Amino acid sequence: MELKTKIHAEDGKQEIVITREFDLPLQLLFKAYVEPEIVEQWMGTKVLKLESKQHGSWQFETSNPQGIVVFRANGTIHEFVPNQKITRTFKMENTPFPVQLEFLEFEQLTESTSKLTIHTVYKSIAFRDQMLALPFAQGLNMAHNRLQEIVNKLK
Amino acid sequence: MNLRRDIFQAIADPTRRTILLLLASQSMTAGAIASNFDTARPTISKHIQILTECELLRQEQKGREISYHFNPNKMKEIAEWLLPFAKMWDDKFNKLEAVMKNYKS
Repeated sequence: MELKTKIHAEDGKQEIVITREFDLPLQLLFKAYVEPEIVEQWMGTKVLKLESKQHGSWQFETSNPQGIVVFRANGTIHEFVPNQKITRTFKMENTPFPVQLEFLEFEQLTESTSKLTIHTVYKSIAFRDQMLALPFAQGLNMAHNRLQEIVNKLK
Repeated sequence: MNLRRDIFQAIADPTRRTILLLLASQSMTAGAIASNFDTARPTISKHIQILTECELLRQEQKGREISYHFNPNKMKEIAEWLLPFAKMWDDKFNKLEAVMKNYKS
């Protein structure tokens, strides 16, 4: 299956570019990044703070079904130009991963379609590669846990 | 005789996958890794040895101790190692699109 999201991660570079075209007018795509209650819906995370303005800051938190916080991240918004761009930092709390810098660009393609480009810069090539490999490692582990659950039920 | 180690053999085992996940976000000593398992220490050492032979882990001498690091470069040898990252974002963006279509009217 072809993914609509493209990841451009050149070897030996400490940056990546994520692009995605949406079947949405530009204003709606941008709104999805601005309104806390909308962000919560599609990111699947709790928005503790989201000040969508220059020098504003944000903090997101995700809990597992047992109510234990499994992910918390925060950052600062450096540039905020409605329907054009958001420049912000991203730091995963309680992990050794250093802060990363994200340039989000929003473009109109047609009246009803738009494009998002996220250019992320990491502290080093090694940290970038580790970040990219994380969902792979988590996926392996989740598959293993699901298998374990099934096996436990059979016991 | 030492059997040829490959990366697929390394990730085929659930304990070794858990070790990789533990080390994906931080480096640890063999003792610290073993403390996460009920399994006997020599068994965990064997798993660490296999992962190191496959170069999925890198050793670093720190004084008297050896710490183990996850080596994401080696992970790249698995075709489509980047796919779960892309899939994670694609799923989120599909959700975004679906949520915002409700706001259209």
